[in-house]
Amino acid sequence: MWAFIHKLGSPKWFYGISAKLQPWFWAAAVLLLVTGSLWGLAFAPADYQQGNSFRIIYVHVPAAFLAQSIFISMAVSGLVFMVWKIKVADMAAAVMAPLGAAMTFVALFSGAVWGVPTWGTWWMWDARLTSMLILLFLYLGVIALRGAFTSRDSASRAASVLAMVGVINIPIIKYSVDWWYTLHQPASFTLTSRPTMPTEMWLPLVIMVLGFYSFFIALTLMRTRSEILRRESSKRWVQDLVNGRVVNAQAEETR
Amino acid sequence: MQETGLQETGLHSSSDSSLNGSDSVMDAPSVPLLEHQGGLMIAVKATLVRDLTLLLRRRGEVLNPLVFFALVITLFPIAISPDPELLATIAPGLLWVAALLAALLSLDSLFRSDYDDGSLEQLLLAPQPLAALSVAKVAVHWLLTGLPLALMAPLLGIMLALPAGSYAVLALSLALGTASLSLIGAIGAALTVGLARGGVLLSLLVLPLYIPVLIFGAGAVQAAILGDGVSAHLAILGALLAASLMLAPWAIAASLRISING
Repeated sequence: MWAFIHKLGSPKWFYGISAKLQPWFWAAAVLLLVTGSLWGLAFAPADYQQGNSFRIIYVHVPAAFLAQSIFISMAVSGLVFMVWKIKVADMAAAVMAPLGAAMTFVALFSGAVWGVPTWGTWWMWDARLTSMLILLFLYLGVIALRGAFTSRDSASRAASVLAMVGVINIPIIKYSVDWWYTLHQPASFTLTSRPTMPTEMWLPLVIMVLGFYSFFIALTLMRTRSEILRRESSKRWVQDLVNGRVVNAQAEETR
Repeated sequence: MQETGLQETGLHSSSDSSLNGSDSVMDAPSVPLLEHQGGLMIAVKATLVRDLTLLLRRRGEVLNPLVFFALVITLFPIAISPDPELLATIAPGLLWVAALLAALLSLDSLFRSDYDDGSLEQLLLAPQPLAALSVAKVAVHWLLTGLPLALMAPLLGIMLALPAGSYAVLALSLALGTASLSLIGAIGAALTVGLARGGVLLSLLVLPLYIPVLIFGAGAVQAAILGDGVSAHLAILGALLAASLMLAPWAIAASLRISING
């Protein structure tokens, strides 16, 4: 266990292992996303109430899932970095943040677009939309804080602390916003009160969710690799890698 | 004589010595636990007294949030409408948002002067846990920002034609809520104290975390106006305060260490 953690902590080892894992996740992501979107957009039956506009769910729900999962994994990486001083964890957290913010924005934007046919307006102060908006601000705060420090080590630790504080607050914010919604507005239309989905609508959604997760893992691996090269650029093995002895170095690592 | 007495009575005397001050503690270096406890209380008390004295000598800094609060509240009737009925409906939210912004405004100076003159480093070097000392600093901040804001709010409530019967709830919810705001905000202040332009960043970090407090604070006042029970809202505000009192000090201490080392 400890040997594994120490290995995982070594950027060089991670660089090697991620090179092997990466293609599999990319392949899974492409396969799942293509299957899911074709099935969801072309073959799944239209909703009897919402017609074809319900198909936004195949982007909206996976993006919303991912937006929350990425924040949690960012906080977990931050915790790992703070406790065991594993640099790779912080690199992963650093590259996850923009993707998480992008996914939150996608979820918000697709929610707004979906709002036009169903609610007749681009924006409702719906409890879920509101907590997603707050999540976006939390992401922006983490990204801005990391960018504000000149010392990279301080930036990493500050962003880790803020991510952990944020992840404790997310459930509190979510439940208080739910409460606020029920206090201030009559229960009108929520995204959850749809009739239970038939399997042929539900299965593509699961495939899309899995595809989004594979895409997230693949992209995080790829960007963490670039981050490793950038931060470890003074190390011998990185310089060897860059100065032409690429084949040797990679063969050595992946062995 | 004193030493044996302390050792015999154990727990009882340890709490005694913490109240009495440094004398008995200094005399008994052979009991490390006792020294630590006494030292902690003394250090917290010293931090409280020091911060209170410093802030009371810079009265402008204490008054600024209050003036800001009054000014912002003045802007709303001018911008929206002087109609008392309209103002009465939006008054709870306006008062809460304005008080929240005023508390936010004062956060930047929470650790700033200590950081500039190096006394923050002395706090970090002190043998007592930094979390306890930072709670003392936050307590002073609340005493001189949150509490005055809460006491002043009913006055501004009159100006906004806040319906009768909700004034006590307004003050109480603000007093409870601003304590949580000070604690949560201190995390952001500690994270940004080392940065040259931390002010705008501070509000970006802290405002999303303020939302639960705002919801239940403004909700309490609204419930009081509608004649509903306010105890649920106030209880949740108290729960938020308890939770942040339990968790925030560790985050503040960790953030201060990051800011000092960086």
